[in-house]
Amino acid sequence: MVEEVFRAEYGRAVSVLTRLLGDIDLAEEAVQDAFATAVLRWPVEGVPPAPAGWIITTARNRAIDRVRREAKGQEKHAQAALLHHEPEEQEVGDVPDDRLRLIFTCCHPSLALPAQVALTLKLLGGLTTAEIAKAFLVPEPTMAQRIVRAKGKIRAARIPYRVPRDADLPDRLKAVLAVVYLIFNEGWLDRAALAEEAIRLGRVLAALMPDEPEVWGLLALMLLVASRREARLRDGRIVLLQDQDRALWDADLVREGQDLVRRCLRWNRPGPYQVQAAINAVHSDPPSDWHQVVALYDQLMALTPSPVVALHRAVALAETEGPERALLEVDALDLDRYHLFHAVRADLLQRLGKDPAAALEAALDRAGHPAERALLSERLRGLRLAAADQEDRADDDR
Amino acid sequence: MTQKYLLSIYQPDGEVPPPEVLEPIMTKLAELNEEMRAKGAWVFAAGLHPPSTATVLTAKDDDVLMTDGPFAEGKEHIGGFTVIQAADLDEALEWGRRLAGVLSPLSIEVRPVAS
Repeated sequence: MVEEVFRAEYGRAVSVLTRLLGDIDLAEEAVQDAFATAVLRWPVEGVPPAPAGWIITTARNRAIDRVRREAKGQEKHAQAALLHHEPEEQEVGDVPDDRLRLIFTCCHPSLALPAQVALTLKLLGGLTTAEIAKAFLVPEPTMAQRIVRAKGKIRAARIPYRVPRDADLPDRLKAVLAVVYLIFNEGWLDRAALAEEAIRLGRVLAALMPDEPEVWGLLALMLLVASRREARLRDGRIVLLQDQDRALWDADLVREGQDLVRRCLRWNRPGPYQVQAAINAVHSDPPSDWHQVVALYDQLMALTPSPVVALHRAVALAETEGPERALLEVDALDLDRYHLFHAVRADLLQRLGKDPAAALEAALDRAGHPAERALLSERLRGLRLAAADQEDRADDDR
Repeated sequence: MTQKYLLSIYQPDGEVPPPEVLEPIMTKLAELNEEMRAKGAWVFAAGLHPPSTATVLTAKDDDVLMTDGPFAEGKEHIGGFTVIQAADLDEALEWGRRLAGVLSPLSIEVRPVAS
């Protein structure tokens, strides 16, 4: 029970306490104190009727005790601030939720992206430094240092604890969404906890900023991608969309994601996440309507032109215009370092009856994830077997 | 409660631009400094002579070692700085952004002053 409340409420409690105390470290300590108390008392006294409120009140009281103990006259003002806390004046365009302020602090553009990600997971997700380090495959001391450094910068440089003003909001929100999506992408293949945390953060953001279509777009995108999670891997190998067992798709997530996409469409304020969600919504309704997918990629190219988007567009184009046309487009892209570029080329070459071996090897050279490598190796092996087979047959014919 | 920030201006080593390039920039810089003063943000500002005019002192045991030239030889040096006071980093970055705009393409480092 304490565990559940911790997962659900840690971020909110730290956010509220950060506002009350004006310091993230103090807030974290106070909240951890409160949960430690809960672990001892709830099993004996029963779970309080409003567990989240109990945690926040207890944390606040703990913090007051601590300030009283440690102040000893010198830091009277901190004590006063805490004891006679006045609700802060509303800022223009502000949303009155402390979690929103905290996520904008964590994702402040003056912090490096890895630091933004780590802080968001630590403070809003309640993940431990060890968990975050493990998820991002870095040594724990490295991650600890990253978090300590970022918190030090927030304090010393006074990175504000507030929702940005309207003029800055679009750019700043983009940074927040990028962090959430990065967390999702890190996790969705084989680190379920990260992907789930990203979706949870997405839901929090959607609840806090219900008028931002891109927030809903990101949530829809994550839900639709996550719906295929069980079908995505087989024997440690990636299974491509068209080869997936649809019975393994999570119908609830598909439905929720598609509902959100429809809602976004009615808004008619398209953005990159909404369009990507729409593409995934089309794929969630097999057989995929490739003409629609191409049209959506056209829209995505108009919003965020990039060679990677063009590559994905070419994959859809192969279905509507044929592999020859698609290969022309792909060959024009400067993506030599990207494994998918070579994987797509291999596929198109094969469909055109040409030898894809070199392209597959290039893809394998550049692929990082074991599941992706496994799929590519498998295809390469199949290719070699087929070639050997053909040679055998040619020998037999002679 | 305000926080002071040092806005350091980084410029490449070498020749200073000719007066016809420099002059309009200096005019805009003066205007920005004036605006900072008017808004109560300005604390101190100065331009510096080139690093070749610098002397570095390092105390070692009872002796003080003297070296001709700047502390670190690099491709860039601090050509000047402004100290401002601001409510938070966002406000400081906004001034820094303005300064970077005036002095483009020079980089501005925004760093909180420990108090």
